[in-house]
Amino acid sequence: MSEGVMNKLDVKGLDLFYGEVQALKKIDFSLGRQEVSALIGPSGCGKSTFLRVFNRMNDLIPSCRIQGEVLLDGENIYGTMDVTELRTRVGMVFQKPNPFNMSIFDNLAYGKRMQGLRDKRKLAELVEVSLKKAALWEEVKDRLKKSAQSLSGGQQQRLCIARSIAMEPEIILMDEPTSALDPIATGRIEELIGELKREYSIIIVTHAMHQAARVSDRTAFFLLGELIEYGNTKTLFTNPRDKRTEDYISGRFG
Amino acid sequence: MKKNMKPRKRKIIDALLYGIMVAALAGVSVLLLCILAYILKSGAGRLNLAFLIRSAQEGGIFPMILTTLYVVLVSLGIALPVGIMTAIFLHEYAGNSGGIRLLRLAVETLAGIPSILYGLFGLLLFCRVFKLGQSIIAGAFTLSIMILPVIIRTVEESLKTIPNSFREASLSLGATKLQTLVHIVIPEALPGILTAGILAVGRVVGESAPVLLTVGIAQNMPKSIFDSGRTLTIHLYYLTKEAINPEDFGIAFATAAVLIILVVIINTVAKIITQSFRRR
Repeated sequence: MSEGVMNKLDVKGLDLFYGEVQALKKIDFSLGRQEVSALIGPSGCGKSTFLRVFNRMNDLIPSCRIQGEVLLDGENIYGTMDVTELRTRVGMVFQKPNPFNMSIFDNLAYGKRMQGLRDKRKLAELVEVSLKKAALWEEVKDRLKKSAQSLSGGQQQRLCIARSIAMEPEIILMDEPTSALDPIATGRIEELIGELKREYSIIIVTHAMHQAARVSDRTAFFLLGELIEYGNTKTLFTNPRDKRTEDYISGRFG
Repeated sequence: MKKNMKPRKRKIIDALLYGIMVAALAGVSVLLLCILAYILKSGAGRLNLAFLIRSAQEGGIFPMILTTLYVVLVSLGIALPVGIMTAIFLHEYAGNSGGIRLLRLAVETLAGIPSILYGLFGLLLFCRVFKLGQSIIAGAFTLSIMILPVIIRTVEESLKTIPNSFREASLSLGATKLQTLVHIVIPEALPGILTAGILAVGRVVGESAPVLLTVGIAQNMPKSIFDSGRTLTIHLYYLTKEAINPEDFGIAFATAAVLIILVVIINTVAKIITQSFRRR
């Protein structure tokens, strides 16, 4: 990826503190358009915290402080940008599927409704398009009025992906989206990521290194709050520059 | 080694403890059934429609039912909105600063104060200082303070059971905090809020000491909530205490039966509502 103005996201010298504890140290990072970036590293290394920087979910933690710049299309998201607007542009899929306790349709329409969209036809269209993009439409088209929580775990997670797609975001953040799923459901989600990449920039946090290898263009290795190495996925896994990266991917720790 | 003895000994202890638990359960059940049966048997003879719709002079309890209803409605009308909003603020907005901890302690303490003290406070503040006299409204104010801690705690408990992932999902979709509360959190907490309301109704219906001090004992029909009145519990108290006429005791038991039936109905409705929510 070339450096320059065309990056979707640019992070420059990011420090993040929880109270006195520094959780992220001097991070430089970038994400290209239609690029999938994987964040790997042992538990507690700060990769999930880093993911939540991009839609400002860390704001929910009162003691959290951030220094440095995070630019979305060149605009600092910690500047004057409205948080709710930011979150319509940067969607998120969580570790455990978390559909709301409502119908499939209402789950999908929720975000846009909160933005004030009331037009029934537009909402229905949006729901259909999003479900199709998330490869769930065929399975649920006859029961959109049924509770979303009656779906299987894998279906629920695709529903959550569809729900964030329905916001028509530019970036989708995924926080270990398959860690609660069986191998078949995991495979479907990984396939889906490959599809979604054509339209969206994606950052995925994952514990499974083979998953990072399968779905991502670039991989970032985190250790103790530092970004140790960030580069082409194939290169990083076959020929890491840093000794610590090599130790981690060869399973010597973590 | 004593290894061979041990399993046998453990089995005996198990059986013994199990027996004690069953005995305790049986004791409680029998006691409860005896009380219920005694009251219903002594009161049921007088229970009929006329008893429910006649005035006290005619040996009925209609004014008492009405007074009780007024007290319940007004005190809940005051305490529910205040309590629900307090609970939501405490759980969703307030952090854990010193001031908030003090407030929580105050709520906990409020819950533990004997109810007669609320009566004394209400008598002085609402009846005397605010010049409401002994009246339904003065009693309702007093009882609303008394049930506030129950409501706050029950609603807060139900808010705690809502997984944070719902709030996060809603926020991550660009909803504001208020939208998240109104569209996600409160609907999920509804069974808990309802339970809080029903528990509060139970407290108000069953309360006597503060009601005696603030609402009074007037037997006649209350014309408005600014009149004094006599709730079912106070009626029961006076009938048994005075028992001028021989049939007063019977009326007291019939009133008690009505109270019990009322509580059973309230609890059943609460159960049904909570379950229907859970099934959704």
